[in-house]
Order: sequence, then structure tokens, then C-alpha cells
Amino acid sequence: MLEFVLFVLIIVVGTGGELCLGRAMQETGELERFRPGAAASLLWRALRVKWIWIGVGMMTLAFFSLLLLLSFEEVSFVVPVTALSYFVGALGGIFFLGERVDRQRWIGIGLVCIGVTLVLVGK
Amino acid sequence: MHSRLRLKTYILIGIMIVAGPIGNLLLAKGMKQAGQVKFWPASELLLIFARVFGSLTIWIGIASLITFIVAYMLALSVADYSYVQPAAALGYGVIAVLGYLVLHETISPLRWVGIAVICFGVAFIRNTHPRTTDKAGDDAAAPTAKQLATADRSAN
Repeated sequence: MLEFVLFVLIIVVGTGGELCLGRAMQETGELERFRPGAAASLLWRALRVKWIWIGVGMMTLAFFSLLLLLSFEEVSFVVPVTALSYFVGALGGIFFLGERVDRQRWIGIGLVCIGVTLVLVGK
Repeated sequence: MHSRLRLKTYILIGIMIVAGPIGNLLLAKGMKQAGQVKFWPASELLLIFARVFGSLTIWIGIASLITFIVAYMLALSVADYSYVQPAAALGYGVIAVLGYLVLHETISPLRWVGIAVICFGVAFIRNTHPRTTDKAGDDAAAPTAKQLATADRSAN
């Protein structure tokens, strides 16, 4: 049961944290020019959006859950399962960020998921 | 306009897939050089602390990871999360190629297959539009999809 809770924290909460970063950047606006000043100003504005801090908190929780899970589970089992975060990320993109994920992108995400699992298993 | 958006997205993802793996590699190397962490006695912990933060490798690693997170946030400002997140998996390929070329590590055939599958997947994602949502900073003169939908609703 503890394992399941930790997996949920790592995959759902970890990806949820990244999605919050995405939401923050969506609310902040777009990087218009490739200049250090423009990038710094955009990031400074992003730091004042609440989603950034919610995201950082969630990612921190997921990180410590990963450390805890790795203390009693094999890396070769834990890490490939976390490849599921690509699917969770796409679902979050649709429902939380309002993105349109078409069939082609789904196929790509599925292939990335399989590829990441193979890379991690093949270590 | 679209090609500019794509170019910005590719450059930022390019920075991510290089800076992220390099940062992780350098941190791992730096921590190994520092030796095993002992929490007791306190003097031992302080010694390790001084060795970790006195290491140039660790600092370059931290700088690389900061570069990664900055590029990630900027990439999310121009493109979809569902576009950037899987595309960043190319970093697994970068780390394997770096390990093979620089550190002369042996890469198992299964790992090469995995990298090829990731590249294939990213090629699929690349063919989709990087951004399918409206941004807060979009040009006010050009009505966004949301604005058009709102205008439709109020007209009815």
C-alpha cells in the first residue's frame, strides 16, 4: 500500500508540479526575444504567479517520495514505472492546461514512453 | 510566425537536453569524488560539506541544472507542456552518446533500441504544432481562440 501511495506521489504529484509550472508560464506570457534581459524579466514575473510555488512544492514532495521508494525498492523497477509520467503529463496538458493533443502527438508520447522504459531497463 | 515559434522551441529544448544530462552527470561525479556521506560525527559531516561545495565539478553541475530549469520554464512559455516534456526525453540519448564518446562506456543494444524509439517518438511529436493554447502575452490585435469563443457566446 505504501508503495502504491509513493508511486502515485511520484508520477501524479511530480507531473502535476511540472504542469503547474506550465500553467504559471501560460499566465505569464511568451518569451518574445532571445535576450537575457527579456528572459530574466519573464522569469521574474513568473515568480509572482502562485502556480510556480504550488508546482515547486509538489515537485519537492515527489522528489522525497522517490528517495523514500528507492530506499526499499529496486531502481530497475521504480524508474521505468515513472515513464508513465509522459501519459499523465499529456492528460494534464489536456485537462489542466487546455492543450489539444492530437493522434500524432499521442503516438509520439507512447513511443517516448516505451523508449524511456527500454533505455532504463537496458542499463 | 509559426517558424519563429518552432525555432524558439527547438533552441530551448536543445539547451534542456544538453544542460540537464550534463548537470546530472557532473553532480553524480562530484558526489562520488567527495566520498561517502557520514552524518556523525558532526566534524565528518562538515568536512564532506566543505568538500562538496568546494568542488568545481559540483558548481558546474548546479549551474547546468539551473540552465536546464530556466530553459524548461522559457520553453513552457512558448510551447505546450505535452510537446516539451516528451521531447526533453531526447536527453536520455544525449547522455548515452556522451557516455559512449567521452567516457567510452559500453551501451547495451537494448539501450540503443530505446534511444532509437525515443527519437522516433519525438519525430512524431515534432510534426504537431508546438502550441495549441493562447498565451497571456498574445497580441491583443489578433483575437485569440478564447476571445472568439467568448464573442460568439455573447452574440448569441
